[in-house]
Amino acid sequence: MFRLEARSSTPAWFNLALPLIAIVATLILCSGLIAVAGANIVEAYGVMLSASLGDSYAITETLVRAAPMIFTGLAVAIAFRAKFWNIGAEGQLLAGAVASCFVGAIPMPGYLAMLLMAVAGAAAGALVALVPATLRIKFKVDDVVSSLLLNSVIYYALMALIEGPWKDSFSGYPISPPIEDSANFPVLIEGTRLHLGVIVALIAAPLCWFLIARTTLGFRIRVTGENPEAARYGGINVQRVLISTALLSGALAGLAGAGEVGGVHFQVMSDISPGYGYSGIVVAMLARLNPLGVVPAAVFLAAVMTGAEAMSRATGVPAFLSDVIQGTALLAMLVALLFTAYRVRRVGASA
Amino acid sequence: MSAPLIEMRGITKSFGAVKANEAVDLSVAPGEILGLLGENGAGKTTLMNVLFGAYAPDAGDILVEGKPVAIRNSADALAAGIGMVHQHFHLAPRLTVLENLLIGIPGKSGRIDRAGGLARLAEIGRQHGLSLDPNLPVSALSVGEQQRLEIMKALFRGAKLLILDEPTAVLAPSEVDGLFAALRSMAGQGLGIIFISHKLNEVRALTHRCVVLRHGKVAGRVDDPANTTSAAMAELMCGHEIVPPTKAASAPGASVLTLDRISTAGHAGTPLRDVSLFVRSGEILGIAGVSGNGQRALADVISGMLPPRAGTMTITGKTVTQFAPRELQALGLGRIPEDRMTTGLVTNLPLADSMVLPRIGTKAFSRKGLLNPAAIRAFAEEQIKAYDIRCPGPMVRAGALSGGNLQKALLARELAFDPKVLIVSQPTRGLDIGAARFIHEKFLAMRAKGCGIIVIGEDLEELLMLSDRIAVMYEGRIAGTLSGAEATVAKLGLMMTGAGHTEKAA
Ligand SMILES: Nc1ncnc2c1ncn2[C@@H]1O[C@H](COP(=O)(O)OP(=O)(O)O)[C@@H](O)[C@H]1O
Ligand SMILES: [Mg+2]
Repeated sequence: MFRLEARSSTPAWFNLALPLIAIVATLILCSGLIAVAGANIVEAYGVMLSASLGDSYAITETLVRAAPMIFTGLAVAIAFRAKFWNIGAEGQLLAGAVASCFVGAIPMPGYLAMLLMAVAGAAAGALVALVPATLRIKFKVDDVVSSLLLNSVIYYALMALIEGPWKDSFSGYPISPPIEDSANFPVLIEGTRLHLGVIVALIAAPLCWFLIARTTLGFRIRVTGENPEAARYGGINVQRVLISTALLSGALAGLAGAGEVGGVHFQVMSDISPGYGYSGIVVAMLARLNPLGVVPAAVFLAAVMTGAEAMSRATGVPAFLSDVIQGTALLAMLVALLFTAYRVRRVGASA
Repeated sequence: MSAPLIEMRGITKSFGAVKANEAVDLSVAPGEILGLLGENGAGKTTLMNVLFGAYAPDAGDILVEGKPVAIRNSADALAAGIGMVHQHFHLAPRLTVLENLLIGIPGKSGRIDRAGGLARLAEIGRQHGLSLDPNLPVSALSVGEQQRLEIMKALFRGAKLLILDEPTAVLAPSEVDGLFAALRSMAGQGLGIIFISHKLNEVRALTHRCVVLRHGKVAGRVDDPANTTSAAMAELMCGHEIVPPTKAASAPGASVLTLDRISTAGHAGTPLRDVSLFVRSGEILGIAGVSGNGQRALADVISGMLPPRAGTMTITGKTVTQFAPRELQALGLGRIPEDRMTTGLVTNLPLADSMVLPRIGTKAFSRKGLLNPAAIRAFAEEQIKAYDIRCPGPMVRAGALSGGNLQKALLARELAFDPKVLIVSQPTRGLDIGAARFIHEKFLAMRAKGCGIIVIGEDLEELLMLSDRIAVMYEGRIAGTLSGAEATVAKLGLMMTGAGHTEKAA
């Protein structure tokens, strides 16, 4: 017989081991689906691995995909640290994309355009995140619900824009006009799509770590998230911390949108994000809300996404497996987190 | 007496390197009230959790009415006739009294047997004088009533042995008498009772026999608690003699905190009505009163959590314009909250974080928004050493510390910055004698240094021992103030009921 017993402390190596265990468990669980689809499991995962990380081009493609998820993962990780339940990174990303595309379409010197695109994207995302934070502070509206529902509002507003007033008159498709060529983010390695935004994402992660771990704002975010009453008693303005967190989180998600516009799509269309905002939640949970962990977690999900397409072509397993892996990874991680608070104890029959 | 109802033999239970229980023997006869004594961390709760099936012991046997039994979980324990009232209650707040009683009790053909439950409830009421309105939701019950419900739950399930883990820690003194009467009546009807406490006067008043634990082992047994001195029992608990602190003659200076006709509104609990009081430098002002008479609001106003509706407050001569914790702190106020776990500390973060929390924005711990981790750590390490806080180090999760050590940590974080005024609520609630004594000595040392201290408490003995003056709160007002010399338990008790006004204002 087994039973769960509360732990008084968690060993440090758990932080590293848990996500890895969750990922292994996910891959094992999903191998059942591959078998059902009639493919060879080893072959399928092999194709997935080589297509996503097998050569330098594949690696750059995976990184390009990882970049928006690094941003949304950071957005969610920081928000969740303060227990601001921002499920709205998707909407904030879209708002950031629209704003940066709008700015990028204005003729001006390239680097100024890129800078302003980033600023506009971040500002738009921050503004959107401010809505659920304000509703929560002023009217006690549940932030999970409001931030989640806001995603749909923004998605359909974006659709209305590109189907209507903002429709690209040149192509006639429901897409926005492209940004200026000079505003396209520079490519870092010739022949790949590895753009400047990817580097910015990779730098953002340690910056966010520094913010959380080494600044007074980060301290206040951590304390407010863990115990708002003790925070208030200790002289922290809890509402101000929530607002700062929301602005920061929204800005990071908005940057994901700016990166997609400036580095990958150069315009806004309805499917500019295949759910990067939601993937950010999986990334943040796999990273255990640690900004440094966000990078490997995002790369893992990106590898699954790019790999799944190749696997689908080679073995006939539907590429939707990538979504299943993401969902399963989140569930596996949530189960794994149980073991940070509890340990399994074997209870002898004689006891 | 007859054969033991319950016998525990050679119980050993370790948590990693900590031996929480080591070869503990203990027995309870029917109709007997056994006191289980020990300082915080002595292993009392662990031992009872073993008996109740929450932990499997590493070694040892449990016998019920002479027969060895295996208790693997609480269902086994209940089946063996063992009921437990935990330190923290296990009730469903939205369900009614009756529904809570019926949880887990199989009804007829899958339906809840309300009528049977009501009948059984009435029977318990007749037998032991315990009653509650069966239709009230638990959320509407006071702490004392919730405890009564927990006891009724155990009786409902046919407990022959009732374990109560520090039941008086959450009760007001007046409620304690009611609990004791009920326990005596139950014992009179043949129930065995294990009563855990570290309050010696309670143990002496209630129990027939005591087992004293120290560091997980049985340090001694007391066969006649009523005729054993508290000092002797305290020595068994702590392993050394306990001397009461000596209090120097008071030499109060100028007033450091003055409340002038303060009233509050919109607060959970009793609001303040026209409260005026002062505390002088080098003086301890005790605030007595039955809990719920505005003490909470008073503490919240003084600590900056609740801006008053009317009235003024001055700290060291400066009138407070902004009632916010940080502003008051800057004026020289130190605060120790009533509820250290929820208001004082952040249990999931390192201890060091809780210790610097109120001053994280000051130059001591940060500069231009950047933390100084070395200074934070050094401060915590220094205080851990100075206050003898028992813990693995400053980076340990604060929640892993015992109550006494947490209280020391909170005291350290306030006293390190030499407050001019200190407001504390229930400073030694739940602490054992050794830790309480330590806290008292610190208060007296601060008093000697010229700090003005307000102690809000329910333990009259403690207030009488510490205070230079004692004000009594009744229904949100100050009912009167007595000097330390004229105050007695009897006089205070009378004033606490609203009777016997004293004209002297605070
Ligand atoms: N679940 C646990 N994990 C690790 N250590 C524990 C656990 N429960 C209790 N302990 C330790 O065992 C000792 C005894 O604790 P406890 O039985 O709660 O003491 P008491 O109830 O007498 O205050 C303490 O040192 C405590 O820290
Ligand atoms: Mg205990």
